[in-house]
Amino acid sequence: MTVLSTVDRPASDATIARGPVRRLSSWLHRHRGARLAGLLSAPLLWLLVAYLGSLAVLFVSALWTVDGFTGGLVREPTIANFRTILTEEVYRTVTLRSLGIAAAVTVVDVFIALPMAFFMAKVASPRSRRLLVIAILTPLWASYLVKVYAWRVMLANDGPVDWLFGGSGNGPGYGLPAIVLVLSYLWLPYMILPIYAGLERLPDSLLEASADLGGRGGRTFRSVVLPMIVPSVIAGSIFTFSLSLGDYITVQIVGGKTQLIGNLVYANIGAANNLPFSAALATIPVLIMVGYLVAVRRSGALEEL
Amino acid sequence: MTLSRGARWLLRGAMALGLAFIYVPLAIVLTNSFNADRTFAWPPPRWTTDWWVRAWENAAAREALWTSVRAGIGATAVALLLGTLVAFAVQRYRFFGRDAVSLLVVLPIALPGIVTGIALDTAFRSVIEPLGVGKGLFSVIVGHATFCVVVVYNNVLARLRRLGGNLEEASADLGADTLQTFRYVTFPLLRSALFAGGLLAFALSFDEIIVTTFTAGPGVQTLPIWIFNNLFRPNQAPVINVVAAVLIVLSIVPIYLAQRLSDTAAGGRL
Repeated sequence: MTVLSTVDRPASDATIARGPVRRLSSWLHRHRGARLAGLLSAPLLWLLVAYLGSLAVLFVSALWTVDGFTGGLVREPTIANFRTILTEEVYRTVTLRSLGIAAAVTVVDVFIALPMAFFMAKVASPRSRRLLVIAILTPLWASYLVKVYAWRVMLANDGPVDWLFGGSGNGPGYGLPAIVLVLSYLWLPYMILPIYAGLERLPDSLLEASADLGGRGGRTFRSVVLPMIVPSVIAGSIFTFSLSLGDYITVQIVGGKTQLIGNLVYANIGAANNLPFSAALATIPVLIMVGYLVAVRRSGALEEL
Repeated sequence: MTLSRGARWLLRGAMALGLAFIYVPLAIVLTNSFNADRTFAWPPPRWTTDWWVRAWENAAAREALWTSVRAGIGATAVALLLGTLVAFAVQRYRFFGRDAVSLLVVLPIALPGIVTGIALDTAFRSVIEPLGVGKGLFSVIVGHATFCVVVVYNNVLARLRRLGGNLEEASADLGADTLQTFRYVTFPLLRSALFAGGLLAFALSFDEIIVTTFTAGPGVQTLPIWIFNNLFRPNQAPVINVVAAVLIVLSIVPIYLAQRLSDTAAGGRL
């Protein structure tokens, strides 16, 4: 690109701005660094200072403690919070329960999503395919809370699920199974969409080649389809896993007395007013997710997100 | 595709069951908003439209809705500005720490909401409040904007990548200066991406409950917070149900707009 002088332009051009705006504009054009600084300063100020700064404060405060008598913060670094988490049985149980629920939700979603995504990508006609994608996307716009509420109504005593099972109290009610069910419901589209995208990219000719070589439906699925959509499944699992790990609202609404990590974090910041301990607890899901992301990095799943 | 007839029917059945799983609970909420029984006995013994009238007359719900809309507009405005700026910087320039910047934008939505929530809460309490500024609607907007930036960023980045720089160079060659090029060439080409990103950002903000719990000042109640606070009160149940039904019906609007807007079914990128 060349810098054009403003002198020899036709004066009839109404769009030519004169004066300071024009000068600023050409100055910007010549100074690449200034343009970049102009673009980046506001977002970085926000994300780096406000957000990353807040996160830093949070993780530093995980090393603080709360004075048992005054309730004030004791700003001296100690690993007491982490020692409590590692040694006390209840935190290990809750962590394992949260992990188990996140894993169960992921498995349930994979089993529901696989046939649906396969039908959408390989069986449905192009027209109904488009409608089906919309049908899967629409619930994502419906409020999270409304969907959990819908299941609270579904699972209520004498509600539709009880009715389906033939009477009051016959359904699963609120509790651990309800948490897995509702979380699977909430995150299902996040699993269907990446698998669908992966299957859509899978050329039909591969499936035909497998059939020509004598592979029947099941064999083709195991040896051709499955290995090629593993990155998509992992991409979906990042959503289902991470979203399940951090959840505490669903647990409060349909979980009965069950507690997950999120509930402990929430209880410690609220009722117990022990922010440092909450911060220490909050590092558990963060560490698990970072570990998970590092572990799946090489599968190419992160490009599927 | 060579699938046996049986396999096709099995897959069709799985699809139908899956869609039923997704839509039956939502349909039940819609139906229950006309259920005359306060405890939603199923099947409904009688029908009524009373709950709709009661919900319409509920001042607290309307107040909460208005708060949600204001928070959503504020957060969307900030996200549109910041997200577009970062997308331009990342797409058009090569600089030290570029990958780190794109990771930083994604981070607020990748970490559990409760982590973002208590981090911002801690920062507000220890940095802003000593300065004499309490939490309020302002802090809710800050919290929402932080995780909304990523959706605008993704949409604008994808659009910029597809556009390339040729049109802008042509504009410069024809004598337009930097600002004119942006105003007459780049911005019109970005408009639909900005709309899609803004729509998603608004929807995310409108739906958010966890970050809101931690950043809302006293007396600031968004619609999700209001629903949650009233969820366990039996005598509020019918009104909550109507609000839920309204939100379900409203979720068709963004899908419709996104469909009108673009030929990709997704409309925007999450």
